[in-house]
This record gives sequence, C-alpha cells and structure tokens, in this order.
Amino acid sequence: MSPGREAWRRFKRHRLAVVCAFILGFIILAVLLGPWIWRVPINEIDFTARMQGPSWAHPLGTDDLGQDLLARMLYGGRISLAVGLAAMVIAITVGVVVGAVAGMSKGPVDVFLMWLTDLFLSLPQLPLLLLIFYLFNDTLKKWVGTEMGVFILVVVVIGGLRWMPVARLVRAQFLSLREKEFVEAARALGASPWRQVTVHILPNAMGPVIVAATIDVAAAIIAESTLSFLGLGFPPDIPTWGRILFDAKDHMDIAPHWALFPGLLIFITVLTINYIGDGLRDAYDPRRVL
Amino acid sequence: MFHYVLRRLMIAVPSLLGISLLLFTVLAMAPGDPFSELVSNPNIPPEVALSLREKFGLDDPLMVRYWNWLVAMVQGDWGYSFISRINVDTLILDRIPVTLLVIGSSQLLALCIAIPVGVYAATRPYSLFDQIASTLAFIGFSLPTFFTGILLILFFSIHLDWLPFVYRADIPETGWRFLWEHFKQMIMPVAVLGLFQAGAWTRYVRSAVLDVIRLDYVTTARSKGLSEKVVITKHVLRNAMIPVVTLVALQMPAIFGGAIVTEQIFRVPGIGSLIISSMLANDTPVVMAVTFVFSALVIACNLIADILYGWLDPRISFA
Repeated sequence: MSPGREAWRRFKRHRLAVVCAFILGFIILAVLLGPWIWRVPINEIDFTARMQGPSWAHPLGTDDLGQDLLARMLYGGRISLAVGLAAMVIAITVGVVVGAVAGMSKGPVDVFLMWLTDLFLSLPQLPLLLLIFYLFNDTLKKWVGTEMGVFILVVVVIGGLRWMPVARLVRAQFLSLREKEFVEAARALGASPWRQVTVHILPNAMGPVIVAATIDVAAAIIAESTLSFLGLGFPPDIPTWGRILFDAKDHMDIAPHWALFPGLLIFITVLTINYIGDGLRDAYDPRRVL
Repeated sequence: MFHYVLRRLMIAVPSLLGISLLLFTVLAMAPGDPFSELVSNPNIPPEVALSLREKFGLDDPLMVRYWNWLVAMVQGDWGYSFISRINVDTLILDRIPVTLLVIGSSQLLALCIAIPVGVYAATRPYSLFDQIASTLAFIGFSLPTFFTGILLILFFSIHLDWLPFVYRADIPETGWRFLWEHFKQMIMPVAVLGLFQAGAWTRYVRSAVLDVIRLDYVTTARSKGLSEKVVITKHVLRNAMIPVVTLVALQMPAIFGGAIVTEQIFRVPGIGSLIISSMLANDTPVVMAVTFVFSALVIACNLIADILYGWLDPRISFA
C-alpha cells in the first residue's frame, strides 16, 4: 500500500475527524453553490427590514441596511476560504523549497537558510501584516484594482509568514530520509539529486507537511478574519466574515444575531479544519497503532 | 550557564539588527513620502522642498538612511508623531505598561490552567477528564480571539452588566477600590487572551508529559517508593517542560497579534491599539517605532525562553 492509501485507511478510523471532514465539505459546498440556490442579492438595501432576527425571508437575519445576512455570508465565505487555500499553497511551496534545499545541502547554505528561517520566525505576524498592508495597499490598488490587490497582498503576506515551520519540518525529514538505504540505493543506481528528491525523498516526507498544510489553512482564515475585523483588509462593501463582525460589533445589544452567525461560522470552519489536521497527524504518525 | 547566556545574547543582537533592517527596507520600498504634502502645496517653492529633502537625507542611499535611523534609535530619538504632536518614545512609554500587564497576566493565566490540566490529563490518558479537557482545548484555540471577546462582552457586560467593557486608564478611586475597579476591567481582556493560549498549551503539555511519563527513569523513581506527586513534580515536569518552553517561545509573535485584537475590542490603551490608530491616521513614525518595539519584545521573549531552556536542560548549556 502506498503511504497515501495507508494514511487514508487510518484516517477513516478516526471518527471525529471524518465527521469534521463532512461538515467542512458541507460548508465548502454551501459556499460554492449557495449563491446559485439562494438568489437574494448581497447588497439589496431594504430599510424596512433593518436588523431583524432570523425569519423565513432572511434565514440568518439582516444587518443595519437590511441586507440579507445569509447571502452575504455565503459570498464572504468564498473569499475567506479562497484566501485560506491560496495562503496555504504559498506557505507550503516556499516552505518545501527552502526545507528541501536546506536539507539536501550541507554547510553554509543550510546554516544561512536556517538563520533566515529563525529571523522570519521572530517577526511578529500581525504587526508586520498590518504594516505591509498599510504601506503597499494603494500601489496595488492602482495596478490590479482594489479587490485583487488586497487579495494578493493578504495572501502573499499571510503565506509568506507561515512557511517557516514547514521548512523546518521538511528539512528535518530530509535530513533523516537522506541517509536511508533506499535513497542510497537510488544514488548508487545513478539517480541525480533532483531525481532522488522528487521521486524518492519528497513523497515520503509529505506526511507532516500535509498536517501543517491543514493547520495553515485554519491559521490563514483566522488571520484574514482578524485583518477584516480590525477594519483593514478588503474594502468595506465586500462581506468577508471578519468584516461582518467588524460592522456588527457595535450593535450587539440590539442585534446579537448579526455578530453571532459569522463568528460561529468562522469558529466551526476552523474547528473542523483543526480536527481534520489532528486526524491526519494521527494517521501519518508511524508510532501509533491504529 | 553564564557562557550560554552570553552566547544567546550575542545571537539576539544580530537578529534584532536584521529585523530592523528588514522593517526599514520595507518602509523604504513603500511608496509615499513624508513630504508629499509639501510638494503639492503651492505656497512652498520647489527649491525649498528639495532642500528640505536634502536636509533630512531623504535622497541618500538606503544604507546611509538606515545607519542614521539606527544611530538615532539607539540614542533614544525615535521621531515625532505627525498626529499626536509628541515624541514617539513618550507615546510608546506611556502605553507599554498596560500592554505588558495584560499580556503578562494572560500568559500567567494560561500557564496556570494549562500545566495542571495538561499534567492531570496525561496521567490519566483517554479517561473522561482527558477527553473533556482535550475537546475544550480544541475549542479554545479554534475560537478566534475577537469572537470570544465579543461573546464575553455580550454576556458579561450587556446581559449581566457585571463588568465594564471599556478600559479606563483614569479610574477616580483610590486604594482598594482602585485595585478592584482595575481588576474588574482587566478580567475580560486577560481571560480572552489567556483562554486562547491555554487551549493550545494544554495540548502541548499533555503530549509532552505523555512522552516523558513512559520513560525508564520515571519507573525507577516510582519503584524507589517516591509518592506520585513527587515523581511528577520533580522528575516528569522538569523534563516535559523543555519542548513546551520551545513551543511557547515560538508562539510569542502570535500572542502579540492576539493582544492587538483584544486591545481593539476592549479599547485598552496599549501599543496594540496605538498601531491600529496610527495606521488609520497615516502616522508613519509611530507605526515604524511600534513595529520595531513588537519585534524587540519578541526577541526578548525568545531570549528568556532560551535561558529557561538552558536552565531546565543542563545538556544545552554545557554543549
């Protein structure tokens, strides 16, 4: 059995993680297909229906402009999830490359890359995110338009500050796998370092990386929500979940549903991702007997 | 031990310099210009604007500007805030004690929860207590801090009206009343931060203790007739704390991020809310200085963690 199939078999036995995988799948489907089914527009202002609680016309209630919350949250979910996934892809790519290069080379390259990793690990993530956002937002707005500019900025910075643990993991895996017999055998058969890495070492090193990837998605979603919650991030008319919370936090005494629903949804998404990550970690851990 | 601390200090200083260089480069690459207003102001002739730029060294190469900035920072001249019209270092010094108080108390709270719960859960793995504790820990670190803050405000301030939710730095009481009022307004921000951290740390402590408790020397200690309490506190805990200290140190940058959010929600007048308000007001010197302070705090915490690490594990300091 390939390591992937084996891990999947073990993952299936972790019941809670499988349940969470279903919940997350449901959320993803809802966010992708929801706007096709629930066709209420996200910015239909209706002052007669301000800050109403859940009702048949508006299953999650309305905000202070009478806009339907369910539609806004389905739309915002797409952005939050897209940011999470894209940031994870960047973090994993950079981390795997840095870790692989550091792991395969001995000497000054390795030392330099590890010093760089430690330096980046010391950077405070949120202040730096805020700083870069503050400095570069206008330029990007001029180049690629507001939404895409913010999206690129947020994804690059969040992903760019989360590659370090992945690099360390990959480097540790490489250092141990490099000395194993099957790699030595490949070397003896004349495999180039590139082939050794891509065909032999990397597939076996991916276990912890996949676990780190799931944690990264959760962390990226939280980071993006935090940014929107602080009033920075996407423009005010784009209803990411954090932004809805930002608008709702000052009206909590009269319209608690407005803040509760996006908060709950962020919480459930992150919780399911964390549980799935935990299940994956158990599935890939060679020491546990499952 | 002394040599180890010295070596750690010598590594910390280049890291701080490296971070300051990184921050300065980011700022230098950014568009925008402190004197852009002057350039567009028709009352100021262009030669005056140019000579002002030259006087302040805005057109010098990057390394020269960085060097000047570094020398100024080291000498205590941190610049002048555009918005608040006072020196930046006064502004920051005013606000740092509050932030440190809130962060410090929340970390203490998190430790006081995580270590006992984690150790107890590890000594009885897979029991009911362990499962409840693990689930609560998961929930704890999946709840974003801004959501917990909002929920706590909703519940304790609006529904029950027990706790104030706006932090006041100027409480007019004295003596015990002052402390009590201060304590009441600190409970929620500290709880929000502390519970979030406690979730993650409980899991770390639990897995670290689980790893240690199976080792041979623990069995030896037990078979010597030592009570379970002594075995845990004297033998297991000290060795299990080693990976926990490393992980806690790695989380320091995230903790400061969480502090920023909490200060925004509860309107605590610390440096976290200072950075947000300066960004929204385009007050660049303050933004730079506060980011630098955050980085310095992170490095200081890493240094403390390294020293603790060296104390806990004698193998490290003798290496």
